[in-house]
Amino acid sequence: MANAVAYEQKHSPNYLNATRGIWSWMTTVDHKRIGVMYLVSVLTAFLAGGIFALLIRIEHLTPKRTIMGAETYNQMFTLHGAIMVFLFIIPSVPAALGNFVMPLMLGAKDVAFPRLNLMSYYLWVCGACLALGAIVTGGVDTGWTFYTPYSTTTTGSVTWMTMGAFVLGFSSIFTGLNFIATVHKLRAPGMGWFQMPLFVWGIYATAIIQVLATPVLGITLLLLVMERAFKIGIFDPAIGGDPVLFQHFFWFYSHPAVYIMILPGMAIISEVIPTFSRKTIFGYRMIAFSSIAIALIGFLVWGHHMFVSGQSELATTIFSALTFLVAIPSAIKVFNWVATMYKGNISLEAPMLYAISFLLLFAIGGLTGIYLGALSTDVHLHDTYFVVAHFHYVMMGGTVIAFIAGLHYWWPKITGHMYSETWARWGCALVFIGFNMTFFTQFILGSRGMPRRYYNYLDQFQPLHAFSSYGSFILGGGLFLTAIYLLASLRGPMNAPVNPWGGTTLEWQTQSPPIEHNFEGQPHATTPYDYREVVETHV
Amino acid sequence: MSTAVVHDHESGHESHLQHHFADSEQQAETSKLGMWLFLATEILLFGGLFVGFGISQIKYPEAFLAAHEHLQKPLGFLNTVVLLISSWTMVMGVWSARNNKQKALQMFLLLTIACALIFLGVKYFEYSHKFEDGLLPGRFYTHSPMSDHQFVFFSFYFMMTGLHGFHILGGIGVLTWIYLRARRGEFSSAYYTPVDLVGLYWHLVDMIWIYLFPLLYLIK
Amino acid sequence: MSEHTASNPKKDAISYAVTLTVLLVLTFITVGASYLDFGSGNVVIALVIATIKASLVGLIFMHLLHEKPIDGLVLVAGFLLLSLFLGFCFIDIDSRGDLQPANVKAPVLVPAKPAAPAAKHQ
Repeated sequence: MANAVAYEQKHSPNYLNATRGIWSWMTTVDHKRIGVMYLVSVLTAFLAGGIFALLIRIEHLTPKRTIMGAETYNQMFTLHGAIMVFLFIIPSVPAALGNFVMPLMLGAKDVAFPRLNLMSYYLWVCGACLALGAIVTGGVDTGWTFYTPYSTTTTGSVTWMTMGAFVLGFSSIFTGLNFIATVHKLRAPGMGWFQMPLFVWGIYATAIIQVLATPVLGITLLLLVMERAFKIGIFDPAIGGDPVLFQHFFWFYSHPAVYIMILPGMAIISEVIPTFSRKTIFGYRMIAFSSIAIALIGFLVWGHHMFVSGQSELATTIFSALTFLVAIPSAIKVFNWVATMYKGNISLEAPMLYAISFLLLFAIGGLTGIYLGALSTDVHLHDTYFVVAHFHYVMMGGTVIAFIAGLHYWWPKITGHMYSETWARWGCALVFIGFNMTFFTQFILGSRGMPRRYYNYLDQFQPLHAFSSYGSFILGGGLFLTAIYLLASLRGPMNAPVNPWGGTTLEWQTQSPPIEHNFEGQPHATTPYDYREVVETHV
Repeated sequence: MSTAVVHDHESGHESHLQHHFADSEQQAETSKLGMWLFLATEILLFGGLFVGFGISQIKYPEAFLAAHEHLQKPLGFLNTVVLLISSWTMVMGVWSARNNKQKALQMFLLLTIACALIFLGVKYFEYSHKFEDGLLPGRFYTHSPMSDHQFVFFSFYFMMTGLHGFHILGGIGVLTWIYLRARRGEFSSAYYTPVDLVGLYWHLVDMIWIYLFPLLYLIK
Repeated sequence: MSEHTASNPKKDAISYAVTLTVLLVLTFITVGASYLDFGSGNVVIALVIATIKASLVGLIFMHLLHEKPIDGLVLVAGFLLLSLFLGFCFIDIDSRGDLQPANVKAPVLVPAKPAAPAAKHQ
């Protein structure tokens, strides 16, 4: 990894040591510090959600009771889902990495509304406390989707959990609002829309969804709480309500939400692949437009979660057709990334290894979505492990893998330290192998009829379940290893270069870690993905 | 259009420029965009209630028709007029700030707050009249058998007007804060962004009522 | 600030007053129309008038006529998405039960046995 770029002074002031003390962190309006606080917080949530996942997989080693009873099992999958969706994956890339990197990429000194940014973070903390309250006051067993009428009539801390999600929703809304204003107004001089890095395009498209979709989740959860407390008569069929209407309300947000999850992941891949291929991105404008297209079309397909719910046949047909449409921009991106790599000067550091994993795993996840989008096959696959495998491939094999890629990519910039490349490769291998063992098996389980969210299962599924569980232990081990070597890197010298990878976007022109105000003076726009100079100066 | 920081005799203006903005025009435009984005979220938040109301009405058209007869149209009409006038006083407040008319700004802000209080007062009358008749939300409804589904109308009536009223309350709070800042002379033609932003919020609250009123009170 | 600092304060004040007047007149009209029976047209009339009023508030009071287009775009996007949400839900509710399986049989009506008087419940 030798490179000719100069090393920065070890003790120069940076955003980490600019002010000291916990109060300076708690009251910071520096987007970089806020990003770091988010990073620590969402990774803690990931740990909690992951522990619930491992407990589920341990339970499924045998058909009947392994370590827990049925009631507890229902709570396990509910909490796993709710924590992972609301506390981890939705904020992960935008709030942790996006907050840190995006203003740097734009040549800005901060986001548009720094104080609002801090408030977004504290709203996350409030939401997390409410979710914790739900857990300690009895737990929730409705599934993270809170379907009525069970959620409106069951005992259990549904109100705590939904209020937590409500508050987390506002955290997400304000982050999205902040980012849209930042992208519109705070670009460096000379940086038009089509000189922005594609990471920014991805975060921008995500922000559009965050702002427009999340309020509907807010009102949905409010209506759910009202139905529980006051029996208002909207969702509960016993008093004349319509449970399918709840599903419309819920999925109107939650489907675009999955694009909130994947678009930032794709945004990271659009940065990593050209950098580690030393080649300009193929089809910049197509990728930019595809990001927006995914965001917009993503609002039109929510009914595909409801094909067997009792929705009308006309509605299901329309939603199915639109679902096929939304696959197209995603596919365009995958082809463009692969075309970028073609005849590139590829180097396989950890970010690139994870990015290549993303291409494979996201492709599988995306293609299996087509099976689910087709009405005739969905009738058989709905609510089976096939669905579970599909969304884990796109959310974990897609977003989480991309998140880890981005974490490694920007680790030197954020922390000023370099991680151990050798350990990183082992970690990637374990994660990749463990992930596929766990979840590919579940495609098979699902297509053979294993339903999701079932505590018991038929004996014939046991070998596959056991295999999947062993895979999950390897996956967990790989992630644990990753955490260890990343944390260990913080003990070494703070000697990360300004531009260890030869990136061409603006964040690689300021020191690692950056000074408090990001840049000395006002940077001017560069052409992103122009690697000619990079190729000359890097080995 | 000047892009330089304006040095006028009200030197307090410069302190409003935050460090990450190049100039105050960029800051003002960004703040406005931010407020419009927030208003869009409010439209979708209330919109969910409108959708729920609309779908429920399609399911129970006779029940909703019968139920809405209990609403006092004249009071709803009065409130609509009051809110429209408050929108006018609000925009005149922004106009005053923009044209450096300090006394007028304060007067129009106070008038807007007064209209808001009148609105809430009328709502209080409406609500207490409903409570007397047993027209309450959800499981507290006692006016007629639950099986006729009229209680659903009132669930939505209270939720929609309640959420709206909650936003009026918030608006009163923010307007009061702006009024106090105006009294301290913080606003002028060079810097009146907060008045502008509060104005936008207030107009949205009015806009929501513009739709609420006919849907709840007038539709046959 | 906005381009308004260059425009005529008197003109602005007059346009605000005129807009208020129009809004009040439209309110009278919409209340009046509600006392007449246009069948399903009542909803349409009420919503059309409401949209005109909302547009006036947006364009004049909220200065959308003079602001950068992105602000108006944001507002329109919100309303557009909302109508999409309503539209699809409506399509679902409206077309439930339209399609029956090919082998469905009509319900067979069997008169019930006279039942013992049951307790009445709501």
